[in-house]
Amino acid sequence: MARLTFTRIWAIGRKEFMHLRRDRLTGGMVAGIPLMLTLLFGYAINNDVRHLRAAVVDEASTSASRALVQDAVATQVLDVVASARSARELERMIATNVISVGIYIPPDFEQHRARRSPPYAQVFVDDSDPIVLSAVRGLTTLGATDGRGEQSMMALRPLYNPERRSVVFIVPGLCGVILTLTMVLFTAIAIVRERERGNLELLITTPISSLELMIGKIIPYVLIGYVQISLIMLLGVTLFDVPVRGSWWDFYAGAGIFVLSTLTLGLLISTAAQTQFQAFQMTFMSFLPQMLLSGFMFPFEGMPRPAQWLAELFPLTHFLRIVRGVVLRDASLVMMRDDIWPLAVIFLVLISLATLRFRKRLD
Amino acid sequence: MSAIAIHTEHLTRRFGAVTAVDDLSLDVPAGTIHGFLGPNGCGKSTTIRMLCGLLRPTAGSARVLDVDVQSDPEALKRRIGYMTQKFSLYDDLSVLENLTFMAEVHSLPRATRQQRIMRQLTRFGLARRTAQLAGTLSGGQRQRLALAAVSLHAPDLLFLDEPTSAVDPQSRREFWDFLFELVDEGHTILVTTHFMDEAERCHGLTILDHGRLVASGEPRALLEALPATVLEVSSPVARRVHDLLAADPAVIDMAQLGTRLHVLVRPDVPAAEQHVSARLLEAAVEAQVRQVSPNLEDVFVMATRGS
Ligand SMILES: Nc1ncnc2c1ncn2[C@@H]1O[C@H](COP(=O)(O)OP(=O)(O)OP(=O)(O)O)[C@@H](O)[C@H]1O
Ligand SMILES: [Mg+2]
Repeated sequence: MARLTFTRIWAIGRKEFMHLRRDRLTGGMVAGIPLMLTLLFGYAINNDVRHLRAAVVDEASTSASRALVQDAVATQVLDVVASARSARELERMIATNVISVGIYIPPDFEQHRARRSPPYAQVFVDDSDPIVLSAVRGLTTLGATDGRGEQSMMALRPLYNPERRSVVFIVPGLCGVILTLTMVLFTAIAIVRERERGNLELLITTPISSLELMIGKIIPYVLIGYVQISLIMLLGVTLFDVPVRGSWWDFYAGAGIFVLSTLTLGLLISTAAQTQFQAFQMTFMSFLPQMLLSGFMFPFEGMPRPAQWLAELFPLTHFLRIVRGVVLRDASLVMMRDDIWPLAVIFLVLISLATLRFRKRLD
Repeated sequence: MSAIAIHTEHLTRRFGAVTAVDDLSLDVPAGTIHGFLGPNGCGKSTTIRMLCGLLRPTAGSARVLDVDVQSDPEALKRRIGYMTQKFSLYDDLSVLENLTFMAEVHSLPRATRQQRIMRQLTRFGLARRTAQLAGTLSGGQRQRLALAAVSLHAPDLLFLDEPTSAVDPQSRREFWDFLFELVDEGHTILVTTHFMDEAERCHGLTILDHGRLVASGEPRALLEALPATVLEVSSPVARRVHDLLAADPAVIDMAQLGTRLHVLVRPDVPAAEQHVSARLLEAAVEAQVRQVSPNLEDVFVMATRGS
């Protein structure tokens, strides 16, 4: 193999940067996709339903009933936005969409408590919205707080694994998901674009070697990958109070290996695709199984064995473990080595495949 | 370097049922400009691609600059420049950025890089457009940029695929002056063209038709060997003359130039001038007929007619 020349690698890398700078759309994707997806997952696709409009009718009006209402409000699941005088009025307000939740505490609330025979109170729910229904279902399992260690009041009990559902858990994983999408996409079109625009015929008549071309195509996107994860973590830390328990160095080092492995996956796609459209299709074909099987969407342990084996081949699976370990559990990279070396292997295998597949020929 | 820059033997390339290049054997002496002529789709670009090592021949072999193209194309790529038919530099990079990129890809020494780029910029009249994006250049400016880029590293052999198709006559002249400068410095150039005035400037020509070599040699030799007598017929009713002569089996081909007709007559017709005059007189058509010397277009037409 010919000696690698830094000048040539640099020429390719710098040229890629210039393309990015002039291509508003792709350039916009660098910041746009992480921003959009992080905010989307952080706020909108947030499984903790909050601030449902509610009204309360407290016909018992004891200190315990008032405490119950206060605790309900304190969960932030409910915002009391209207007042009502009877259960019937609550029903009417739900029907007219003034509120979506009504809490009715009957006059015999204290008697029920004394007899320990729930339910003490009723929750009216606009169950035409299944998400509201499932959120409020937690409210129906209330107990009374009387300091005797009973089930705490008004705590909304999430239906699934509470940790997985919280934004704290999602944001570090998002780093992996977003990079899996953008990194692969960037490099998947990197060579195909040259082919489509006719630049390749000139490029392959120059002394540049396949490996120089591959490395040159990767370099700028490593930087861009770092910009993206920094942006995601910045949003996570400032907006969603994601705690970073491990070291930032470990986080960035782990991310670096992951970025390299996803970039080379893109390169491999780029050597196989004939058009940019095909490259897009292949990118999504590689993205979907990673998204579904890596443990981002569904718990890894719950998947059937063959699916788990398959998932071990995906960079995202390993990165999710690394990032959750480092960010949430204060693990060091050394502790995560079982997921570091697979990423390194994936990188080496993919870049070799891409280099070998890329021919300086037209046929 | 040997005296032969390009040597092919029975070079053949098929695309499915299409034979793009058919049994082409060719020698191009070093230090000359060699012209490739032929109708659209006759295999000029395909031949060049094989000579650059970009396409594998279906059969036959090629040695370029004493390198076997099949076995060691990379050794060749340092020493050649290939200007593609379609503009293949980067539209979204400026003139200067494109040239710098090419200089770096060819690993030109840093010390001479800047100086070489400046020389090419002045030579090709692009010095005042360094910051302009290549995609916004005019067609001819783009071709000048492409030529500047592929000759930047002073390659021993330049392949130019229709380098002047969009260039104005004045710039084409300067362009050819530059080609002759390169040849004086010892470079070899293979150029395809559809312009006969450019063909005439070449040291040697190869005419292809349907992938086959149908004529080759120096322009002058090709003209002398033309298997036809060339007449010029002037007439106010040139169209009528055209129709009359089209029916004459002695006439091979005609081209109308305003009120004149350029007529190729079979070489076995004795006294072609009198033959045509008599034919026109019979039809009572007023016309002057005279024999003229053939041009390369006649050679081209005769060579590519047999299909
Ligand atoms: N990749 C390909 N696949 C299939 N057919 C091809 C391919 N490349 C060229 N051909 C065919 O081979 C023949 C020669 O094409 P080529 O491009 O070499 O012609 P050319 O002489 O350069 O023509 P022009 O003057 O129009 O540039 C044509 O019939 C063309 O359709
Ligand atoms: Mg062509």
